[in-house]
Amino acid sequence: MIKLSDISRTFQVGDEPVHALVDINEEIRQGEHVAIMGPSGSGKSTLLNILGCLDKPSTGSYYLDDREVAELDEAALTMVRRHQIGFVFQFFHLVHRLSAAENVELPMIFAGQPRAERRGRVAKALDAVGLSHRADHLPDQLSGGERQRVALARATVMEPEILLTDEPTGNLDSASGRVVLDLLDRMNDEGLTLIVVTHDPKVAHRADRILVLVDGRIERRVAGDQISEILAMLADEDET
Amino acid sequence: MTLADLLRFSLKGLTGHGLRTALSLLGVVIGVAAVLILTALGEGARRYVIDQFASLGTNLLIVVPGKTETTGTVGAGGVPNDLTLQDAEALVRGIPEIERVAPLTMGTEQVAFGERRRQVAILGTTYDYMLARQIEVARGSFLPDEEMHRGSPVAVVGPKLAREVFSGEDPVGQIIRVGGWRMRVVGVLAWQGVKMGVDFDDLAMVPVSTAMQIFNRTSLFRILIQSSSHADIDILRDKSRRLLTERHGEEDITVISQDALLTTFSGILGALTLALGAIAAISLTVAGIGIMNVMLVSVSERTREVGLLKALGVGRRQILSVFLTEAALLSTFGGLIGLVMGWLAVGALVRIYPAFPAAAPNWAVAAALAVSIAVGVTFGLLPARRASRLDPVVALAGR
Ligand SMILES: Nc1ncnc2c1ncn2[C@@H]1O[C@H](COP(=O)(O)OP(=O)(O)OP(=O)(O)O)[C@@H](O)[C@H]1O
Ligand SMILES: [Mg+2]
Repeated sequence: MIKLSDISRTFQVGDEPVHALVDINEEIRQGEHVAIMGPSGSGKSTLLNILGCLDKPSTGSYYLDDREVAELDEAALTMVRRHQIGFVFQFFHLVHRLSAAENVELPMIFAGQPRAERRGRVAKALDAVGLSHRADHLPDQLSGGERQRVALARATVMEPEILLTDEPTGNLDSASGRVVLDLLDRMNDEGLTLIVVTHDPKVAHRADRILVLVDGRIERRVAGDQISEILAMLADEDET
Repeated sequence: MTLADLLRFSLKGLTGHGLRTALSLLGVVIGVAAVLILTALGEGARRYVIDQFASLGTNLLIVVPGKTETTGTVGAGGVPNDLTLQDAEALVRGIPEIERVAPLTMGTEQVAFGERRRQVAILGTTYDYMLARQIEVARGSFLPDEEMHRGSPVAVVGPKLAREVFSGEDPVGQIIRVGGWRMRVVGVLAWQGVKMGVDFDDLAMVPVSTAMQIFNRTSLFRILIQSSSHADIDILRDKSRRLLTERHGEEDITVISQDALLTTFSGILGALTLALGAIAAISLTVAGIGIMNVMLVSVSERTREVGLLKALGVGRRQILSVFLTEAALLSTFGGLIGLVMGWLAVGALVRIYPAFPAAAPNWAVAAALAVSIAVGVTFGLLPARRASRLDPVVALAGR
């Protein structure tokens, strides 16, 4: 379970402080599907990085399963990233010299899992995203949708509790985007907590809840199927 | 993470950038090969000298006229007395531990057979010289085993001299002229080459008294003493010096022990080899800087990858070991290839100059490899630390 209390994140740019996140209070239950929307620069990625323990809040507390993340040392943080959290990035971040299968295998190698076991789990993960036939392809030999699915397989192969995705379909056409979204939905149905940052109403529509960030604050909270309520507001914001 | 996985992953990191990897390998290869080749030359020189000494026989003392270590005033006259045949005979008579004594005198003179003549070194000595110096005779016999004072008109010739002046005829039994003196050739030496600056293939040996007559001399060039095998060479040296000092009334001779000479030479050349190795090792340091360069480029190029690894739950130490392993692999492979290259080069050298026993000493091989690996790891440390300390968010953004 995720609990954010009074989270702020301030970047110092020269003399100017940039308030990327201001007073965020939120709880996200295990197995929930949450979309984070908001205009560019509103702090979505910053929030995601804090949730993924890649970044730390300037003030406030982040509790992950009742443990305060700020009190974890580097080794414990590494373990949290390794076992509890999966990340899917907008730009895939596949390692170019490694094949699809090797990319998926990566987190297990560093987690010290035995080779024989890894092979089976890689096959399973690739199968789940429908890419068994592309296992030995290098990222350059894959389409955008296929790359994103490889990244998805890699993010879930360690069986995390939480999957964080930043614009998972941002670089995909609508057909390949749909394939990825269906996969995410299915994993969410199996109990994975899913947090999706997106600009796309069609993506956000699938979520249980939508959080709308504006200037680092949560401005609105609506259910996924009530997305129409915020569309006008988002359109407004994007214009300014 | 197992070692095998670490090696596999790091290896992939290297092979992903073939040219860059190859170039930084080259630096290490050259460094290690240089260490090998230079120390092989140094060691070759040392062995060459040792071989030379060994070929001269063992348990030898050499008496030379003059006092080399000037520790006080030179005796009354200031001019050292000559070494004489009487001195040599006195040594034989006076010191029982002496196995044999070989007086030596040297000069150059024309050797003629019929119309053919050749200017060569003439070595005046005795039968005992052959035993002390382990000289072999290919045909006929050596100088007769006779009193030092009896100078028979006989000669033993080197094989080259024999070939030049006899042109195919059997020299043994022939009469040659040495200067104005007629001598009968009794033997031909086996080929043995240059030893301690004397070409034993192109000279004539005659009894010492005969040589002194030819050169109209009463003094010896030096006296060779061979001890019986178990006698203490240092005691024998002191005894010989005392006996000759007593005869001359002052210490105007020097007795050199060949072993001491050998130890000195060997030490000097050993130090030379070490110095050559150290100079070559400097090039290894340069290679290390090359590795550091490549690793720094690699880290900055792979910033996003490092960020990704961190997001995947890869720890600092693991990232550190990935990059350190890459540096270590670079230097180890470079070192191994360098060893092979060095070996090939030394092998080629030995094939071209078989007389020069060049061979890289084991310590140099071990040190070259160890230093190259150490250099790789040391210079890989800075880039690897930089990688491991990257902030994951910044790294992922590729900034
Ligand atoms: N490392 C940083 N240093 C300084 N300012 C930063 C840093 N990271 C983010 N910011 C600032 O914080 C604010 C929020 O950035 P963030 O990346 O979270 O926005 P976002 O909502 O993800 O936008 P987008 O939709 O364009 O991805 C922005 O104003 C941004 O300039
Ligand atoms: Mg963003």
